[in-house]
Amino acid sequence: MTTAPPTARTGAQPRDRDTADVSGSRSYYGRPILKEPTWLVPDVPGYLFLGGMAGASASLAALADLEGRPELAARGRYAAAGGALASVGLLIHDLGRPERFLHMLRVIKPTSPLSVGTWILGPFTALSCAAAASDATGIWRPAGRLAGLAAGLLGPAMSTYTAALLTDTAVPAWHEARAELPFVFAGSALTSGAGAALLLNPPERAAPARRLALIGAGLELGATRLVTRRLGLVGEPYRTGRPGRLLRTAEVLTAGAAGLLAVAGRRRWAAAAAGAALLAAGACTRFGVFEAGRVSARDPKYVVAPQRARLAARAEAARREADGAAPGAAGAPAGPG
Amino acid sequence: MTADRTEQSASEAPMEWLSASLAGPLADPATDAGHPHPPERVGFFTDTSVCIGCKACEVACKEWNLVPPTRDEAPDLLGTSFDNTGELSANSWRHVAFVEQRVPAGTGGRPAEAVDLGMPQPPPAERDRAPEAAPGADGGAAEGVRWLMSSDVCKHCTHAACLDVCPTGALFRTEYGTVVVQEDICNGCGYCIPACPYGVIGKREDDGRAFKCTLCYDRLGSGLEPACATACPTDSIQFGPLEELRERANARLERLHEAGTAEARLYGADPGDGVGGAGAFFLLLDEPEVYGLPPDPVVTTRDLPDIWRHAALAAGVAAAAVAAAFLGRR
Repeated sequence: MTTAPPTARTGAQPRDRDTADVSGSRSYYGRPILKEPTWLVPDVPGYLFLGGMAGASASLAALADLEGRPELAARGRYAAAGGALASVGLLIHDLGRPERFLHMLRVIKPTSPLSVGTWILGPFTALSCAAAASDATGIWRPAGRLAGLAAGLLGPAMSTYTAALLTDTAVPAWHEARAELPFVFAGSALTSGAGAALLLNPPERAAPARRLALIGAGLELGATRLVTRRLGLVGEPYRTGRPGRLLRTAEVLTAGAAGLLAVAGRRRWAAAAAGAALLAAGACTRFGVFEAGRVSARDPKYVVAPQRARLAARAEAARREADGAAPGAAGAPAGPG
Repeated sequence: MTADRTEQSASEAPMEWLSASLAGPLADPATDAGHPHPPERVGFFTDTSVCIGCKACEVACKEWNLVPPTRDEAPDLLGTSFDNTGELSANSWRHVAFVEQRVPAGTGGRPAEAVDLGMPQPPPAERDRAPEAAPGADGGAAEGVRWLMSSDVCKHCTHAACLDVCPTGALFRTEYGTVVVQEDICNGCGYCIPACPYGVIGKREDDGRAFKCTLCYDRLGSGLEPACATACPTDSIQFGPLEELRERANARLERLHEAGTAEARLYGADPGDGVGGAGAFFLLLDEPEVYGLPPDPVVTTRDLPDIWRHAALAAGVAAAAVAAAFLGRR
């Protein structure tokens, strides 16, 4: 009796305003399906940026120490300690109940990147502050050096666990970028750490920072390109609007700084300008990625369209399998009998 | 045996042991969460085909759970339908969706033989025009209206992303297999909020913490049904042991299909779906997205091994990059 379901998308008339198509997919009055992240701006993107900068700075400082470059090492430790302390402050400020921040230490949960991150950020901050304090005061130098080396070991984890934090959500632009985002964050952290070192050291001491800036720039530019190009509709927020502008700015700043370092990296002004540009690029990258996630959560089409495509692909696969399994159809080309 | 398994998983696939409980069918989430002898898993079956949109569930939930007003200001009209709640949130643990659809006349999803309930009738002229016109013949002139109403709620997933990502342990699995926030533990980090594939849990702005449906954990302990199910006048919201509800839902679906309601479908009833089956599932009369539900939700932590693998790989690349920067001239 009911002929074609009255809800079929092929109706001759435009759909009602209530269930109207939202860019090709239906929705409930265009309302979001997901909840937008409630994390504060600038707190959380700022923490992503400073935490990454601190991690790379600590690793740079540790190797500088082992290589017998005490000045480069000391400045790296200051940058690491400053970035880590600021990160912790921003994270606590972002909590809905800041006075309960110690509740983070009740458990260690591998299924929660924020729990794992707490257990990386906490020790990292303690170690890098101890190393920096020992450098600044001259007290307990061997212990301070050891703390600096340990912080350097944790540094790479500091710079990429935040990518796991974002990708382990239902936000399509973040979750679907889980293969690329850690590399964007790693590259961005390296260039930020190198940028801080370029600002804090004279060029004759900063050769490793220059090389790190170039390697990091290559990694960041390549990985960002993958994120913006590979993801199709889900990656749209990375290409358009405010997040798109932020990420393009980051690309220009990173590429410009790398070029400047390559031609005039030994000049004081050029190194300083490149360092500042790299830090600015790092901030733009993190704010851009964060903003893209918010846009992605807000618009139901980024949820519905990929999930519909997934369902269609699964139905198609099931149909093929059924065709293939049907007796007599084994060798025949697929197609309606 | 256990030692063998641990050793193997440690050496070959660092997170295989974990991935088993991250996604896929799971007979008993309460036991999986460490409850030694849990009672039967309970849940909701919300049959939207009999929902009349009265919102008794919303009111009962607010009353029982002392949930504050949805918005701080005076009642805010959304201007789209009879729904002014809009969405599930920290302050709305049940949400009745109203969808008004224009459909070819006579296909309003009503039973073939309407029962006269003695309700006020439209004037005869109108009544004659609508029902018997050729359904969908030209899609233009003959038109009717169909209302879809559905009371949405937290899905109490078998694999709950909110619970998995909570860094304080505030979100936990109860002995009934449901998912509840411990408000004295939650520190308002907000991670659960973008983790939920249904956009259920939210942050209460003036409080800072995250809130959602508890499936009336306090009432269950006293042998009572949740407030919403108790208040529902049409039994659209049914509460009970999940297995029993699934059987009941399948029987209902069959009956609706026999009666010609081909568009009826179950949503969230399949233990093989992306969240391992929902503890609160639905019978819908249209595609899920029409009700504001994701068509194919997946628990984000299903991909956790992949996520950690890539983060670790990127950390290794970062470490190698720093080391490489120290090669070469001083």
